[in-house]
Amino acid sequence: MRSFTYERATDARGAVAAVSRPGAKFISGGTNLLDLMKLEVERPSHLVDISRLPLTDIEELPDGGLRIGAQATNSDTAADARVRTHYPVLTQALVAGASGQLRNKASVGGNLLQRTRCPYFYDTAAGCNKRDPGSGCSAIGGFNRIHAILGVSDACIATHPSDMAVAMTVLEAQVELLDADGSARRVAVTDFHRLPGDTPHIETVLRPGEMITGVVLPPPPPGRQIYRKVRDRASYEFALVSVAVIVATDRGTISSARAAFGGVAHKPWRSVEAEAALTGHPAAMATYRAAAEAAMRDAVGRGHNDFKIELARRTLCRTLAQAAQATEAG
Amino acid sequence: MSEADAGTTWAASSGVAGGTSTAVEPRRDEALPVLAITLNVNGRERRLEVDTRTSLLDTLREHLRLSGTKKGCDHGQCGACTVLVNGRRIYSCLTLAVMHEDDEIVTIEGMGEPGDLHPVQAAFVECDGFQCGYCTPGQICSAVGMLAEMDAGWPSHATADVSSPPIALSDEEIRERMSGNICRCAAYPNIVAAIRVVSEGRPG
Ligand SMILES: Cc1cc2nc3c(=O)[nH]c(=O)nc-3n(C[C@H](O)[C@H](O)[C@H](O)COP(=O)(O)OP(=O)(O)OC[C@H]3O[C@@H](n4cnc5c(N)ncnc54)[C@H](O)[C@@H]3O)c2cc1C
Ligand code: SF4
Ligand code: FES
Ligand code: FES
Repeated sequence: MRSFTYERATDARGAVAAVSRPGAKFISGGTNLLDLMKLEVERPSHLVDISRLPLTDIEELPDGGLRIGAQATNSDTAADARVRTHYPVLTQALVAGASGQLRNKASVGGNLLQRTRCPYFYDTAAGCNKRDPGSGCSAIGGFNRIHAILGVSDACIATHPSDMAVAMTVLEAQVELLDADGSARRVAVTDFHRLPGDTPHIETVLRPGEMITGVVLPPPPPGRQIYRKVRDRASYEFALVSVAVIVATDRGTISSARAAFGGVAHKPWRSVEAEAALTGHPAAMATYRAAAEAAMRDAVGRGHNDFKIELARRTLCRTLAQAAQATEAG
Repeated sequence: MSEADAGTTWAASSGVAGGTSTAVEPRRDEALPVLAITLNVNGRERRLEVDTRTSLLDTLREHLRLSGTKKGCDHGQCGACTVLVNGRRIYSCLTLAVMHEDDEIVTIEGMGEPGDLHPVQAAFVECDGFQCGYCTPGQICSAVGMLAEMDAGWPSHATADVSSPPIALSDEEIRERMSGNICRCAAYPNIVAAIRVVSEGRPG
């Protein structure tokens, strides 16, 4: 690990001011950043510790929504009674991620900004446009079983590994940001992460030095919420494919539907194509298959990850069937 | 050997930045930033000087000579380094010592001792919950933290309906909640049994 200086911020303004110096980075739970610093994939020269900032509250908003502070741990967020009752897809996604020990450290802000698990990104001896722009992509033509099938470019086929962000996508969450000059703004979580394009090293719309202060969930939409994660082992493993859905039915017809995938793209992937194929159609397997076809119409495999296309289709169908069945029953 | 000299021998350097944060600058003559910190480990104040890069795990093992906490992977993938910080289980390999001033840190050495074992330690002995023992300190610290999470009513991936508490500690729940601790010897059935014994023996 490269050497760095360390300071602990005590308020949000102080933190964004402190991180404005060259080579500085925020550290929150540290579970992703320190992993990458040990391998010298990340090489900050100064760390601004934001883990003790008073941004841990989860509070109800006047409009019926919920605001989750950036420093709320993944554990506390998952266990919050309001999240469990009104946004169960978020609890399901959080508890499907990482392990108990990691969730106790992982913060909402850090989870959104965790970096890809592409093994070539971790291997400093390999070419990787994300780690070292212009050095090529070792995954294209390499071992790419865990890589993306949607929204890819010739520069990078990495996926975003977060489960939490996929649930937040169907919940239409907004990310709250604080800039170094003290100005605040909100960005929809769907617009927060970027596709790789020619610049896979730029992963979000975050400006240099900007800090995530919280995530705002609008009032929960009607319908049953489900997160389903498919992975190589039953626990403590990243998704090969995951699906988050919110489905409402009315006398056998789907009255509203939201669907997003994890593990398939450089960002949590909301499928407006699938949603259009569902809304107003019968809650039946033929509809789910049509939605799955629509969702994967533009999918491209690179060899080892070809199986993900069919896996994503089937995972969506199964999750939709489960959600629709439950809404009819309830 | 004093506690402070058990590890690094570099001189401490400190500088204070005004306003809302304190900073330590690297000394010009030495590129390595070192911080003087106080940690509360197993109920004792320990003063030491650490390179900012030092993980909590390395601090416990190499500086404080508390070698009960084990290093398996050093990357958050095995659970051998699990300790309790303010009552919560975390991986000590993926956190920095300098981030833990004023925190209450409990390692396996602070759980219990021969003749006065923690109930989870006693249950591991009773149920033969280990083979080589390398993962065991982490398993035990993790189990203690996990049982507190159960008491707090936290849901898990094994919970059928996260919206409706209470949750019973089935074997499936134990396995899921303990998945962050890998056992190379695969002593899993007896680890689950030990945790079941503890949870059944407790009130409520
Ligand atoms: C073995 C293992 C398995 C895992 N499995 C899963 C899994 O299955 N699913 C899953 O979703 N995740 C998984 N994770 C990843 C885990 O969820 C992340 O490491 C964690 O969420 C990161 O949060 P953190 O607070 O520790 O971030 P840090 O490591 O502290 O920070 C990560 C990045 O975010 C930046 N940052 C942090 N907070 C802010 C903020 N408020 N504003 C601006 N920048 C900020 C930091 O500068 C850094 O670049 C796993 C991790 C490990 C090690
Ligand atoms: S897929 Fe992206 S992260 Fe992986 S090697 Fe290629 S450029 Fe790097
Ligand atoms: S040594 Fe920390 S998780 Fe393996
Ligand atoms: S007892 Fe040997 S690793 Fe678990």
